[in-house]
Parts: sequence; C-alpha cells; structure tokens
Amino acid sequence: MSILITADTSFIVQGITGREAVNLTRENLDYGAKIIGGVTPGRAGRDIYGVPVYDCVRDIVAKHGQPDGSIVSVPPKFTRDAVFEALENGIKTIVIVTENIPRAQVAQMVELAELRGARIIGPNCLGIISPGEAKMGGVGGPAANTRQAYSKGPIGVMSRSGGMTTEIASTLTGAGLGQSTCVSIGGDAIIGTSYAELMPFFEADPETRAIAIYSEPGGRMEAELAEWVTKNASRLPIVAFMAGRFMDEMKGMRFGHAGTIVEGKEDTTAEKIERMEAAGISVAERIEEIPALIRTKLAEKSVEV
Amino acid sequence: MRFYEYESKALFARHGMPLGQSRVAGSPEEARAAAQAIGGPTVIKSQVLSGGRMKAGAVLFADTPDEAAKHYETVLPIVVNGETARSVLIEEKSPIAQEYFVSVTWDGRRKLPVVLFSDMGGIDIEEVAETHPEHLSRTHFSTILPLSERVAKEAIGAVGVTGSDLNRLVPIVYKLMQLFLDYDLTLAEINPLAKLEDGRFIVLDGHLDMEAEARGDHKAVLDDLGIGDDETRQARPPTEFELAGARVNAVDHRGVAGNVVEFDGNLGLIIGAGGGSLTLFDAVRKQGGKPANYCEIGGNPSMSKVKNLTKLILSKPGVDKIAVMMNVVSNTRVDIVARGVIKGCIEAGKDPAEVIAIFRIPGAWEDEGFKILAKHGVEYCDRSVSMYEAAGRACAKLEAN
Repeated sequence: MSILITADTSFIVQGITGREAVNLTRENLDYGAKIIGGVTPGRAGRDIYGVPVYDCVRDIVAKHGQPDGSIVSVPPKFTRDAVFEALENGIKTIVIVTENIPRAQVAQMVELAELRGARIIGPNCLGIISPGEAKMGGVGGPAANTRQAYSKGPIGVMSRSGGMTTEIASTLTGAGLGQSTCVSIGGDAIIGTSYAELMPFFEADPETRAIAIYSEPGGRMEAELAEWVTKNASRLPIVAFMAGRFMDEMKGMRFGHAGTIVEGKEDTTAEKIERMEAAGISVAERIEEIPALIRTKLAEKSVEV
Repeated sequence: MRFYEYESKALFARHGMPLGQSRVAGSPEEARAAAQAIGGPTVIKSQVLSGGRMKAGAVLFADTPDEAAKHYETVLPIVVNGETARSVLIEEKSPIAQEYFVSVTWDGRRKLPVVLFSDMGGIDIEEVAETHPEHLSRTHFSTILPLSERVAKEAIGAVGVTGSDLNRLVPIVYKLMQLFLDYDLTLAEINPLAKLEDGRFIVLDGHLDMEAEARGDHKAVLDDLGIGDDETRQARPPTEFELAGARVNAVDHRGVAGNVVEFDGNLGLIIGAGGGSLTLFDAVRKQGGKPANYCEIGGNPSMSKVKNLTKLILSKPGVDKIAVMMNVVSNTRVDIVARGVIKGCIEAGKDPAEVIAIFRIPGAWEDEGFKILAKHGVEYCDRSVSMYEAAGRACAKLEAN
C-alpha cells in the first residue's frame, strides 16, 4: 500500500510543454505513471511523449474522463489560475512544482482546495512517489536514478526539501529499509499539506511502519507535528533530521527555502528539536543515523521490518 | 524585505491612514527646518531597520527647532543592533490618551492571514500575549472572499473596545488589512496606534515587510520609494561578494548557482540544493571547518554559471580550498557541475586536484561527471559516502594544510 498515489492514479500535467514539465513527463511515464493528458493554452493537438496536449483541463475531462491528479508546472504568474482550473474541474490531488509564488496566492489556492475537498502538495516541491508503483513530480529524477534511490518498503518520508527527500530515501534504501510513500511537501512558508496533515494518511496505511522527516528552521510545522503525535497517540515511530542549525544565531536571514528564516524563538532549530523530542520524536544529527534510529524505535515496539 | 519607518508611513499615507506630520531630515539644518514647519514639540527618530532604537537612545524629544537640530546630531551616529541610521525622521509630538497595537501577518498553520489587535499597545506584544491574553485578539480572514470591515470590527471588539472608539478604529484596521494584501506584505504592524486626547486616532509607528517573491509585482511602488533591486533589506545589508554572487546567478535563467552569503572562513563552499546546503553547512561547522561562504546550486544550472561561481569563490581572500557537495540530485546533471567547477579552477589559475578538497554529488550523469574529475585528479565520492563524511574529509584536508 501507499498514500496519495498508487499505480492506478491517473493525472495530467499543466504546463506540459515547458522545459521542466517535458522532462518530468518523460520521467514519470518511464516510472509507470498514468498521464492521460497535458495542458498548455494554444498548443492543443500536439503530444509530449505520446501524451495529448489540450488548451483546457475541461477538454481532457470531456475526452478522457476525470483525472485523479494534476502536476502544475507553470510560471509563478500563472500558477494560481492553473490550480483554480484544476480545482474547478474536479481534480482532487494537485502537486505544485512552481517556486516563487507570493504566499497570498498560495493561501487562495489552499482555501479553494479546502472548499472543493481537494489536496495540494507544494508549492516549491518535487512531488510524491510511491516506490515501485508510480511517481507524480520530478522527485528522484530520471526513472533509472529513481529506481536506484527509492525502493518499496515500510518507511514513510516527508521532507521540506525536494533534494533531501531523495538523499533520505537513498540512505534508507542503502540500509535495507524501503519506503511506502515519500512526499516532498515544499519549502515555502505556506504549503498545501504539512507533516501533521499527512500523518493520518500514513497512520491509516497498514504498510507504513515508521516515518522519517527532513525539517529546517522557520515556521510552526514541526511544533504542529509534535502536537499531533501527542494528541493522537500515533502508532508510528518518527525520526527527524534537522538541518540549518547554524541559522539559530542568524536571526532575520533567509537561507535555503522561502520558508526558512528565524524570526522568533519558535522558529529556531533548538526549540523545534526540544518540542519534537518531548513528543517522542527522535532527532538525528546526521542523515546516516536515520536507519539505525528507526530500527531501534521499531524494536522497542517489537515491530518487525 | 523590510521598510524603514518613513517608507512605511508613505505607504500608510497612500491608503489614507491618519498620521502625524513628519519629515525626513538629512542634516541638522533640515531637522531644524522640519521642526519649524511642524511647529510645537517634535520627536526625533533614527531610521533603522532593526528594533530596539528607543532603548539605544536613538529616539529623542525636542521642544524647539534648535533642540531638534541638536538631537539630530545626537541620534544620527548611534548604532542600533550593529546598524547605522539611514536618516532621521522629525515628527510632530502628539498628546496621547491611550496606545493600541494592531498587526496583520500570515498564520502558516491555518494558511490564512490573521489580524492581531490589542488595547495594550506600545509594549512588546509577546509580553501582552503571555501576561494579558484577554487583551490580545487573533482574527483570521479569508483570502478568497471580498475583504470585509466585519473582520476589523470583530478583532477590535474582541478585546472589549466599543462605542466611538470602535467605530473610529475599524477603518484603520481595515485599511491595514488592505495594505497587507495589496502589497504582498508578510507583516503590517502599527505599534503604537495612538488615541489622542481629542479622541482621534493616528499611526505613531509602523513596520511593514514585503515578501521577496512579490517585489517584481510592486516595482512601481518600490521605484517611488527609491528602493533599488540591490537593496535586499534582510537583517544586514549585502556585502560586495554577495552582490557579485547575485550577478553570477542573474546571467541566465537556467538553474540556480547563487544565494551567496559571506562568512570569514577559509573553506569555499559550492553546495546544494536548498536543504542540502543547510545540511552541508552544518556538517562543515560541526567538524571544525570554517566556511568562507554559503551558497546554493540546483535545478541544473548552466556550466558557465557554475564556472563563474567557482571563480568568484576562489577569488575571495583567505579561501584555501573549495568543497563541492550536494545531496543525491534529481534534475541537476553531475557532469555539467563537474565541468563548470573544473573550468572555474583552471580559469582562476588553480590546479583542480589541489584546490578542490572533495567533490560529492551523486545522481544523474554521475559516471560521466566522475570520469571528468578522475581525469583532473580530483577526489570525488558517490552516495556511499554520506554528506557528513564528505564534509569531514574537506575539513581534514584544510587542517592538514
């Protein structure tokens, strides 16, 4: 099992004729994705690696039926419109790859998604992968590289960094721990789905037995996760890696991602680590410590992997 | 991107918010003239981006124009949190009956903007939140419904304000919400928002912060305020080295090779991507390394961008070696980065084998990349060496130097 996407998930690519979108379309198809159409206004009638291109999402729905998801890879200026189009055409899982979208627009997309009962992953993310089944987004790169880094198994991964999603998966794979689903949740200050909002999905997935997360300074997402874990008596052990510890001494400076800035005490890595540890989440100093920490926590619960 | 107080006030004025008379002064004579024109007592305020200027003694009160000129000279050289004043604002001193606080910001958890309102203004709002929570209200509002005065009314009413005060405050708070959304701000704060003895309300001090991503959409306003593209308005102004890094990245739109931040160590870093850079910077510091810089590469940058970034970092005084490290890459080609770095070393007159302490970028096209590195005698490693270990190897080489 997996969460959010499986081998049967059908999706479209909005902005499919863009350079990055062409690449990820091929990479996703090579990894087994069911991409039923693409959208670029004015380019109807073309195809990208056999995927037919339309002017509107509506035309894909009319011709091929309702897609489950969409990857939005259009310039920042057009992203809100593309996401609204997906939402108003019944699409329920939207991965926004685009970076540099002002947060007021992200908030609008998230608000409409909530009204429509849909879920947004991102923006500024590499998407979702359920290893051995399908991926939706640029996560892992070309299919051959993706297969090298990701393997099927019991660990759920959530990461505020797209690149570090693959680094963690690759480390887990190297240590013999496969992954159920890995989600690059995005590096912005406002994102569609946080760690805590993904937890119920992993919790309900019988194959997921532990969680690894990548986190960094800025925002309240780690505190939210710690609260969720405490309140819901989660069955899943969690190991977190905290990057950007040097930023605690550099208030007001932005590094890495748009959401990564220390403005107050709650944004610091020290405070986040304290909150997570208080909730029973182990925090690794190095990526390579994650597999052993997971095994220890699972052994404490007598769960076999 | 922070605004100075005088800039914030220019934006408040555009939105028709009530302000006292004020003028920016660039000399004691201008300070005297400003006080003269305003008439009556004035406040002389240092214009800095960081807080704490009152404590630093950089806000003074004057009864006469001569005193204003004298205070100008006192206030201007005061360093506030390491920051020197850009100019001095001379403002009418108003007789205050009560101080309020209002701000609009983003709540990343609720993913909505939120109005914070308090009838205990003028002091640290976090302190109010802790000691008098009933005097601080939090009211979220929608970004897709039309903006509504109802939200302002509820925010103000929640702390017990009623009567004509409520009705006078509503338009001010509503306009702050408008300002917040119109200019893509991440913070719009008025503290204090003052009730004068005659019952009117005015904005005494304010703090606005614009989202960096939205600067391009507000070019006209920024031009009006005289804010150039090279003014990053972060916690500290950019260094020459950092500006040069930004120019390297701006040459073409393919990928990122920039976001350079200067440090004073001897190990130049060419690292990526966003999260990878944070991880690697920590790993270097943890193992006793002294980074000369922070940077980010990713999104498959062009070879020339990587080359120019390498040259820039090698040109920095005190840099002995560079380390080229990334997390397992998805869409960046290892061979292109390898070529760019080696070319950069050679063009900078350095031997790549000598100056590159370690190259650790696993992922797409790594075999091609490693071939190039081997040809030039550069030490490289694949994913079997962790990011932490790779950083450690670079640190060890510098120590052995």
